[in-house]
Amino acid sequence: MMMQQKLRVTLITGRTIEQGVGKEYGKSSPEYYEACSMVYMDAEDMKKLGIKTGAHVLVRTPQGSVVLRAVKYPRSATPGLIYIPYGPWANVVVDDSTTSIGMPTFKGTPAEVEAAPDQPVLSIEELLKKEFGR
Amino acid sequence: MSVINAVTCPICGCLCDDIEVTVVNNEVVKVKNGCAVCEAKYMGYKSEHRIRQPLVRKEGKLVPVSMDEAIHKAAEILANANYPVLYGWSSTNCEAQRVGVELAEEVGGVLDNTAVVCHGPSLMGTQEVGIPTSTLGQIRHRADLIIYWGCDPWSAHPRHLERYTTFTEGRFEDSEWKSYINKVKAVAGKKKLLSAQRVEPHKKPHETVAESLIFNKPPETLQKEGRKLIVVDVRKSMTAEMADYFIQVQPGKDYELMQAIRALIKDEELDVEQVAGVPVDYLREVVDALISCKFGVIFFGMGLTQSAGKFRNIEVAISLIRDLNSRTKFLIMPMRGHFNVSGANIVSAWQTGYAFGVDFSLGYPRYNPGETTSMDVLLRGESDATLVIAADPGATFPKKAIQHMVKHPLIVIDPHLNATAMLGDVVIPSAFVGIEVSGTAYRMDNVPLPLKKVVEPPEGILTDEEILKKILEEVRIIKSKRDEKTEAP
Repeated sequence: MMMQQKLRVTLITGRTIEQGVGKEYGKSSPEYYEACSMVYMDAEDMKKLGIKTGAHVLVRTPQGSVVLRAVKYPRSATPGLIYIPYGPWANVVVDDSTTSIGMPTFKGTPAEVEAAPDQPVLSIEELLKKEFGR
Repeated sequence: MSVINAVTCPICGCLCDDIEVTVVNNEVVKVKNGCAVCEAKYMGYKSEHRIRQPLVRKEGKLVPVSMDEAIHKAAEILANANYPVLYGWSSTNCEAQRVGVELAEEVGGVLDNTAVVCHGPSLMGTQEVGIPTSTLGQIRHRADLIIYWGCDPWSAHPRHLERYTTFTEGRFEDSEWKSYINKVKAVAGKKKLLSAQRVEPHKKPHETVAESLIFNKPPETLQKEGRKLIVVDVRKSMTAEMADYFIQVQPGKDYELMQAIRALIKDEELDVEQVAGVPVDYLREVVDALISCKFGVIFFGMGLTQSAGKFRNIEVAISLIRDLNSRTKFLIMPMRGHFNVSGANIVSAWQTGYAFGVDFSLGYPRYNPGETTSMDVLLRGESDATLVIAADPGATFPKKAIQHMVKHPLIVIDPHLNATAMLGDVVIPSAFVGIEVSGTAYRMDNVPLPLKKVVEPPEGILTDEEILKKILEEVRIIKSKRDEKTEAP
């Protein structure tokens, strides 16, 4: 299989049970960090990038870029689809256009993914500091 | 030690009211009947992430201050703002929401709840075509076909299936729990057999979406008697694993798929082989199941409201229900997220005429999604102050909206140090509604339920309602002093 540097994908954000549990423990809890600073990817897509579960990847959209831990999606093939749980990490890269009805496009943002073995996944405090200076 | 029965769980729109909480020395030590998220809330409410005292940002850092100082500072910000946004409201009780409406009117701001990033499009769709719906009790006792479209209750409403749909023992419909367990056992048995025979399970080559669908023919059980479960989603969720049939729709193509189903219900021919990645032949079998059920219901979630089409997806979903009702009985219901987001919509609609995105800047309530919705106001950079209560836009809004929010004073009222509180200028801790405060909340089917107070809040911590009343009072004092000054010669 040809290894690829970058992969063009569709980004979907949404709920996971781990994110639900993490948010109740607190947004700065380790549970929340584990649950939200990750991205579900298709197994074959991960092979194309030459990465395994746990590897760091950089997700980029016109809105911004964020480093996340890649996790293989366990239940079905989802080629060309990546899934980031709702949270501050996802919101760095989601499409903010509301098409004039108040709702940003949280599902269906075109994005690029590439391996980023040397870049760290930021904690919530580091992420807020980087994006908003606080 | 005391055991409190029939506690209403303050997390999601299911509002499960059968939770049993054990309290020792004014602390919850055990919780029964709840889901994983429920346990996390009742066990996590007292964690180290809780805010213990009011905080105000001074020289870039949040420092502890007295409650009076924090309330005065918050009131000053709101009274001096030209166009503040008052956002959140969904994780608090209706009593606090009511004071919120009064405060928004007093300061001439935008009053918006979390529906804007959740089921706002559903409310707009409903405003277009109405909504045929019912209470969850009706569905529990009568529904024999349940469809979850663009939602994953196993993750977001963990007890929805168990309390209201497929896995509940209704008066006229039986639970499918046993047949699901049998199915799981059969799959596990097959695996065991293969490993006993030392046969490598047949390794399938990688399937594309189109290929996997060829294998995903509707099973015969779709036409069986009794309760059936269909899941429509872009990926196989946990709920989809439990379903009798899972339809994998291509991302952003729900609208097309629903229009195709509508055409098939009306016995029209489709001159394509597949729609949104689903073969039309399979769709015909699904439509047969839809028409031949006695009482069907579609639950829908963010898969429809947040992807391309947004409120048009809801409009077509409701129109689909209308078409189905010419053949059989069908209902539809949004899967509301926060435990009292329905209440926020109801209180707002009852007080102002509009369920969300209400603008008081002209002195009377106005509603125009895209103009008066908090998200658009923030993205256009129009507001000059924000109050956030009982929600966490810092973790749920896109970056650009938060960037504008933190340019101007930000007031946060929340029990936890959430992402918004970390970014805030004035942070006021509040008591946990449903744990330390009683009140009213509306379930996803708009049934009001009482929330119980099971423990006392920590000393000095006020309820959302009390905090808002104090801010409102202070705002009125500041405004009257200002008026006196301008009137004086």
